[in-house]
Amino acid sequence: MYPDDYRYTTEHEWVRVEDDLAVVGVTDFAQKELGEVVFVELPQVGHVYDAGDEIGTIESVKAVAEIFTPLAGEVVEINEALADDPELINEDPHVDGWLIKIRYSASSDLDSLMDAESYGEFVQQGKH
Amino acid sequence: MSSEGATGSGRPAAPALRRTPLYEAHVAAGAKLVDFAGWEMPVQYTGVIDEHRAVRTRAGLFDVSHMGEFTISGPGALDFVQGLTPNDVAKLVPGRIHYSALLTREGTFIDDVLVYRLGEQEFMLVVNAANIAPDFAWISSLPRPAGVVLEDRSDRFALLALQGPRALAILQPLTASALSPIKYYGFVHGEVASKPALISRTGYTGEDGFELYVAPQDALEIWRALMKAGEAEGLVPAGLGARDTLRLEAGMALYGHEIDRTTTPWDARLDWIVKLEKGDFIGRQALLDARTRGASRQLVGFEVESRGIARQGCGIVAGGEAVGTVTSGTWSPTFEKAIGMAYVPAASAEAGTEIEIDVRGKPVMARTRLLPFYKRSR
Repeated sequence: MYPDDYRYTTEHEWVRVEDDLAVVGVTDFAQKELGEVVFVELPQVGHVYDAGDEIGTIESVKAVAEIFTPLAGEVVEINEALADDPELINEDPHVDGWLIKIRYSASSDLDSLMDAESYGEFVQQGKH
Repeated sequence: MSSEGATGSGRPAAPALRRTPLYEAHVAAGAKLVDFAGWEMPVQYTGVIDEHRAVRTRAGLFDVSHMGEFTISGPGALDFVQGLTPNDVAKLVPGRIHYSALLTREGTFIDDVLVYRLGEQEFMLVVNAANIAPDFAWISSLPRPAGVVLEDRSDRFALLALQGPRALAILQPLTASALSPIKYYGFVHGEVASKPALISRTGYTGEDGFELYVAPQDALEIWRALMKAGEAEGLVPAGLGARDTLRLEAGMALYGHEIDRTTTPWDARLDWIVKLEKGDFIGRQALLDARTRGASRQLVGFEVESRGIARQGCGIVAGGEAVGTVTSGTWSPTFEKAIGMAYVPAASAEAGTEIEIDVRGKPVMARTRLLPFYKRSR
C-alpha cells in the first residue's frame, strides 16, 4: 500500500529521498479523503521554505487541502503535469501524482517522519 | 495536508448518528459515510463527478430519508397552511405540490418546504433534516383551530429520489401507476415493487425524476428493485456530494447557504413563492415593508474566471472592502469550471459584472451571471 522506501507525515504527505533532493506528494489515504482532485496550486521553482510551511493547495469538488512541506529547502521542480491532469493525484498518488522536488537543507528534518509501517498504523488508528 | 470540506471532510462518522433504513445498501455499495445533520449519510459512492454526470446523462438514486415530513389535516387545515406559508395554497389542487417556506414574522426563512396537497383539508410539508425540530416547534407554537391536527411523521417515511433523464424508463416497469401523465410537481399514490408509495415528480437536481415516499421497512427492497431495474440504463447510487453540485448548477437554494433566518425571499430571488395578494400570512407585513425599502443585496450566480474555487464564506471584495459573501461554491462537473452563488450589493447584481472574491487571502476574479447555470432541455 505505502512504499517502504518513502517517509510519511501525520499530515498525509510522503517524501522520497533522491540524494540531496526529496520528492514530496500526498498519500493514497489523503487522495481518498479528498475525492476527485480538480485543481492543484503549487509553489514557484526557486522558492525557499522552512519545514512546515504551506506550499500550495489541492482542491477537490468537496474540499480544499493545504499542502505543507515537511522539509526545509528550495523548490527545484514542480509537477507541471498536474495543471492539466490534476486527477493524477487520485490515479497514482505515490508516483505520477508527485507535487514538488525540494533541495532539502537539513537532513534532520527527515528524522521526525514515519516509515511505511508506522504510517500504515497511524492511518488505521485514525479511522476509528 | 489539512483539509476542510463542505459536506463533512470525510471524517469517520461518530456512532451516535442516526441511520436510514438504507444504511446497509450504502455500506454494501462502498459509500463514504459522513455526518449530515446528525445522520450518517452517503456523501459519495464512486465519486462526486461520476455520480453527477450519471444523473445528468442517465440516472442516479439518492437516499434522502433524513428529510422531514409533517402532516397538517382536518377542518381548517387549508386556512392554517395558507396563513403559515407565503405561497398560495388555495391554488394548489389535491395531487399537486408547490415550493414554499416557513417565514419568521420578520419575513426571513425558518426553512424552505415543499407543500403537498394530499386532500381538500390534508397537507404534507417536507422540511430539511436539520430543521425538523425547530420547524415543528415553530408550527406547534402557533394558534391552531381545534380540528387541525399537526403530526411529525418523519419516522414513518423513507425517501428515495430517482433522478435523471432515464428515471421514468427505470421506474415505469416497477409500478402500475402511469408515470407520463404525472406533471412536474404532481404526485400519485401507488405501488413501487408491490409496496405502497407516494410517487412524486419532484427533485433537487435540475433533471426529470421522481421522489418516492415509502414505509421504512419497505425501503431496502424498493432500493434494490430500482437498482436492478436500472442496471441496463446505467443507474448508479448517488450521494449528497453530487446532490449538492447538481442543485447548485440548477440554481436551487439550500438552507444554511442561500437562505436562513437573515434572508428574505426578496434577497434570495424567490419572489415567485410569495403571493402577497392571497391574504395575510406570517411575514407578509415585513416583506411589504422590505419591498418598499428596496433590496440592498441580491443573490447572484458567478463563474470563477481565474484559478481556484470560491466556497461558502469567501468574501466578495470591492475597493478593498468586503461587500458580500459566497453562499455556495463548487467545481461544476457539467461546465468544468468553478461556479457558485453569492450575495452582492444590488448595484453589482447585474449579470456580467466582474467581482473579486477573497479565497483564503488570495484575490480570485469572477463574473456574475444569471441563474440557473444549468437548465435541462425538455
